Amino acid sequence: MKIDKNTINKIARLSRIKLDDKESEEYINDLNSILDWVEQLNEVNTENVEPLSNISSSILPKREDVSKDSNSSDEILENAPDKLEGFFAVPKVVE
Amino acid sequence: MPKPSLKQTLNDLDTKKISIRELNQDYLKKIKKKVNLNIFIHFSEENVLKQIDNLEKDNSTKKLKGIPIAIKDLFCTKSMPTTAASKILENFNPTYESFVTQKLLDEGSIFVGKTNLDEFAMGSATNTSFFGNTINPLSKENEPLAPGGSSGGSAAAVAADLCLGATGTDTGGSIRQPASFCGVVGIKPTYGLCSRWGIAAFASSLDQAGIFSHNVEDASILLQSIAGFDHRDSTSAKVDIPNYFENLDDDLNGKTVGIPKEYSIDGTPIEISQIWEDAIKVLEKKGVKIKNISLPHTKYALPTYYIIAPAEASSNLARYDGVKYGFRSEEVDSLDEMYENTRAQGFGREVKRRILIGTYVLSAGYYDAYYLKAQKVRKLIADDFNKAFKECDFIVTPTAPSAAFPLNEKQNDPIKMYLNDVFTVPASLAGLPGISIPFGKDENNLPLGIQILGKHFDEQQVFNTALCLERSYE
Repeated sequence: MKIDKNTINKIARLSRIKLDDKESEEYINDLNSILDWVEQLNEVNTENVEPLSNISSSILPKREDVSKDSNSSDEILENAPDKLEGFFAVPKVVE
Repeated sequence: MPKPSLKQTLNDLDTKKISIRELNQDYLKKIKKKVNLNIFIHFSEENVLKQIDNLEKDNSTKKLKGIPIAIKDLFCTKSMPTTAASKILENFNPTYESFVTQKLLDEGSIFVGKTNLDEFAMGSATNTSFFGNTINPLSKENEPLAPGGSSGGSAAAVAADLCLGATGTDTGGSIRQPASFCGVVGIKPTYGLCSRWGIAAFASSLDQAGIFSHNVEDASILLQSIAGFDHRDSTSAKVDIPNYFENLDDDLNGKTVGIPKEYSIDGTPIEISQIWEDAIKVLEKKGVKIKNISLPHTKYALPTYYIIAPAEASSNLARYDGVKYGFRSEEVDSLDEMYENTRAQGFGREVKRRILIGTYVLSAGYYDAYYLKAQKVRKLIADDFNKAFKECDFIVTPTAPSAAFPLNEKQNDPIKMYLNDVFTVPASLAGLPGISIPFGKDENNLPLGIQILGKHFDEQQVFNTALCLERSYE
């Protein structure tokens, strides 16, 4: 068992997802079976193999280093659940 | 009744056999008749009529003028809401247009609606959508079948002839597998060919936009329209886009097809092995050399994918925090509570599962053992293909290990569900272009797809081979 109650709580906290007890149990089972299944990768010898993070075979072009001001704060705020005077609004952080 | 064809429709519009209004009103009627299949998350007749009005006033010539296209609801569109099939984006109205949909608009196409998908494209049956299952149009009465996924709505929209083409995205098979299940053509081009700008991100090193269509010619026309360099996607490729349609050539004489032995897996239904053999026989008759190849790391592709994709997803989906857009929980005693409740209530079960697994494999102490290991195996999988393509021009395999299965059949066992992608994931990890075309039926008369894989940016060869097989099958 790689994932126990403590681990799932820790991961859920890192993911900022609240889980109830029933869900925790389900995810403990799911995650353990998935992790057992991916374990087979340990059969593969990857000594001296470079990790592949970007598959793009083309050379990524550079761009001019100039700033652009699109002045789009209204657009950016348009979908906010709560906003106030040009800012995103969130629950009070300081008492 | 003649088979629907975008190419033919363009001719008919050109020669005034049909008007843009008549064409689209026909499609509106068909869409309204099929609402029971739950293909669209967003459909507005008014919106379609408005687009027709605007095009009628427009005198310029445009390549896809008046052509009805369905858009997977993962592409941001200004004229329609964008949900990614998630509660967390239930009320999201993008203020910008995705690169791909902008290209289609520039060409004069008409968007008939936004199609259903698995939530954030995570699934293989379009059954993780917050807006309910899509039903495969090929289902018999009282026996609803899954359309495949994640782009199941788009595949179903083409299969039911509710549009002349549709956009999809493919991260591990999300275009090719539903194309196979619904009996339509679906192409995932080379990673980087179509900009990801404005597509809700799932796994950024794998996500790629592509096309569903009624036939190979139509796919070549539509892919041409959505491909191209875009500075807003840092992995967008600066390559010349050939005119795929003009260059179509089904003469494959002298070419070599690679047949990977690792794709013969135990438990594959006999009918699927049979259509694979049939395809090889057709190619042989057309003068194609058959080369047995080996892709030795194939069996590790799925576990590699199910580390890398959730890892990237856990990072990409961190943006849904109830602050910037979308759903926010009502239970908000503190900022942390707000985040945790918003994400708990806003995401569905499969999405949470992948975020949790992704967070675990990226967390301190496990990163090397899982994520880095998977990236190394990914390199070996990509190298397998590079080696194989020294000996062949393209590779032919089945698309999926089964025909369309009953709705919800595999829902409870995640690993069983993941096995749907066994033939499509390896090429995704290697960033290669792949197409699925219908190439046979099973005993229940359900379509089965053949997959053709090509070298990076060799979509032309993929189309040519697909055309050759399509013509021999028809």
